Amino acid sequence: MSGTLIRTASPVAERGRGRPVWRPALGVLTRYASPVLLVLLWQAACSAGLLSTRLVASPVQIVATGWALTRDGTLQTNLLVSLARAGAGLGIAFVAGVGLALVSGLSRLGEDIVDAPMQILRTLPALALVPLFILWFGIGETPKVALVALGSSFPIYLNLHKGIRSIDPKLLEMARTLGLSRARTIRDVILPGALPDLLVGLRFAVGISWLMLVVAEQVNADSGIGHMMMDAEDFLRTDIILVGLAIYGLLGLASDQIVRFLETALLSWRPSHRAARSA
Amino acid sequence: MNAVAPLTQGAAVVVQGLTRRFGDGPAVLDRLDLAIAPGEFVALLGHSGSGKSTLLRTLAGLDPVTEGSVTRPRDVSVVFQESRLLPWKRVWQNIVLGQDGANRRDRAASVLEEVGLGHRVDAWPLTLSGGEAQRAALARALVREPAFLMLDEPFAALDALTRLKMQRLVSDLWTRHRCSVLLVTHDVDEALLLADRAVVLERGRIRTNLPIPMERPRRHADPRFEHLRGVLLESLGVHDD
Repeated sequence: MSGTLIRTASPVAERGRGRPVWRPALGVLTRYASPVLLVLLWQAACSAGLLSTRLVASPVQIVATGWALTRDGTLQTNLLVSLARAGAGLGIAFVAGVGLALVSGLSRLGEDIVDAPMQILRTLPALALVPLFILWFGIGETPKVALVALGSSFPIYLNLHKGIRSIDPKLLEMARTLGLSRARTIRDVILPGALPDLLVGLRFAVGISWLMLVVAEQVNADSGIGHMMMDAEDFLRTDIILVGLAIYGLLGLASDQIVRFLETALLSWRPSHRAARSA
Repeated sequence: MNAVAPLTQGAAVVVQGLTRRFGDGPAVLDRLDLAIAPGEFVALLGHSGSGKSTLLRTLAGLDPVTEGSVTRPRDVSVVFQESRLLPWKRVWQNIVLGQDGANRRDRAASVLEEVGLGHRVDAWPLTLSGGEAQRAALARALVREPAFLMLDEPFAALDALTRLKMQRLVSDLWTRHRCSVLLVTHDVDEALLLADRAVVLERGRIRTNLPIPMERPRRHADPRFEHLRGVLLESLGVHDD
């Protein structure tokens, strides 16, 4: 965790060039003093017996458990299973969401056919489908991947559809006066113009995919981070549960960083991104 | 009809009896006749709502011809008030957008050089100033070697100094390329500096058709300039006291 914290703080240090060296360092210190203090208090309360380890494990214990789970391979195995489920679900969601958005974004007929059902379905909380999915798909991998796919396809569809529909009509007019074919217009004008919205959708989708996975793995599973946590509940192992929580947190953070990186790489034409990179 | 025929012979652009209305409203263009000779520079003036933008959009193929007829060359280009460059393509890629063939980049670079943007070939459009963006839009129009170039208030959003430079640039480019030009503008001086003929549109009809028989480069101080300015302002309903 601390590595990430220091990295996000580095622009502050760079901006402080020319000022006394201790100023940015002090800024980092005060910025993170509060969380560090909270962790220290937490540890102190556990060590002093003020907090029962049956309710919450101490930070030291969490780190130790995390290390032990890594050494015997439990953590990696479950992590890989969870990653595979999230990856498969997101992959399906991406293909389905982009496909449907293209159909409904690029043709009136497509919009009539696709958009209304999508707008109705998106109001359903996807998690409410868990019982139905178990009936349909049993308790294997399918319902878990399907749940992730279902939940995360909506933000991709909705954002890309909006992006395609909100292309500046002046640019489309310009494409017509230049004699661009429909295919060329889609490739050179519509898709690149909708890309920022697609990436926003992808970012939401990644967040939702973890949410779906947490629920799917806690309802019925024999592997995965969620299963590891549910298993630990039976044995009152709050340390393992907290390790699982930390892993989910790190996964969310890492996937968000990946999408951010994609944004920087793909949208380098936007002034904000250039400013961020040259800073 | 007979009066129109000799004028339209050999013309690059011919508009005959063009009528356009939106819904049940009054006609935006009302049985309009206009001919532009090859290589002729025509300025189109008129108040907002006089129909000049509709005429240009029809000539550009953006609006349909519902009544009347329009003949124009196959190769046309349009420069709008906004540059309308694709922000996700570099300047040179915008210039040759939709163009096929080898060495597209070289072609873009040479036309950018011609409009004074040789140093911004690889720039992103959002980093260009307003004047630079309009130069790029001009380059994109010229690279297609149009027989008929339409300019829709191309300098209206620029500051006064940049506008003067751009007017000179358009004048130079037209002298070199000799395509027919239709310039839609609000600016009487701009029309007098650039055009062979000024056409004033009012309620969808041509109110004034004024040849500008001055040699180039033209000067504001020229008494003929002053006189024509008065005539044009008069026909636009502005009295120059």
